[in-house]
Amino acid sequence: MLASILHRVSGVGLYIGALILMAWALSLAGGPGSYGAFQNVAGSIIGKLVLAAITLCAFYHLANGVRHLAWDAGFGFRPKTADATAWAAFGFAIAATIVFWAAILMTGGAQ
Amino acid sequence: MSVERSPLGRARGLGSAKHGVGHFIAQRVTAMALIVLLIWGAVSVVALAHGDYETAAAWLRSPINAALAALLAFAAFWHMQIGMRVIIEDYIHKTSTKGALLVLNIFVSWLGGALTILAILKVAFSAAGVSI
Repeated sequence: MLASILHRVSGVGLYIGALILMAWALSLAGGPGSYGAFQNVAGSIIGKLVLAAITLCAFYHLANGVRHLAWDAGFGFRPKTADATAWAAFGFAIAATIVFWAAILMTGGAQ
Repeated sequence: MSVERSPLGRARGLGSAKHGVGHFIAQRVTAMALIVLLIWGAVSVVALAHGDYETAAAWLRSPINAALAALLAFAAFWHMQIGMRVIIEDYIHKTSTKGALLVLNIFVSWLGGALTILAILKVAFSAAGVSI
């Protein structure tokens, strides 16, 4: 149940994420000034918190989406299996988010 | 049992418009594409996170990166339009509000997708060392 509603919640989060992707592309198309402004906002504390939430949404929606595709193909319906894959989706989302941000923060130097 | 059909539909031998599963299929196909594109996108964000404008612009001038970025935007905005449509249809029951939100969702998704892809292409086609 929780996994199901979180799929929708994370999907709505990614709606915002797509609009952030749009802001990135538009700022880049605008030149160094607007791209720098985008990076300042994205790199601020609030920006990083929002992006961290979007990242978690993205990896959860990705993992749970694979569960949905498996169900569409007729696999994974047994309650035990469905429970296990739900936990796997939670675990993947958290682990992938940590790995992603560790990769960003460790390659970053001073930022 | 007789089925309601327009005369033209009857002449063409059509029942429904036969597009009933269009959204279902599009949602699944864009989902499959997004599995790959999102992982590629995450790796790309790590690579670009600490770079400046020229790093990102040079990265988008690669045809492979530009194509994948444009496809990521295309699949994401399409997929999110379908997903949000389902959410609106499930939770909003007042006909006028539902209709307005469905139209707004379509406009936001198409406008967002168009702006993102055109911005990507503008940078992709720009000359190195020349901004704007």
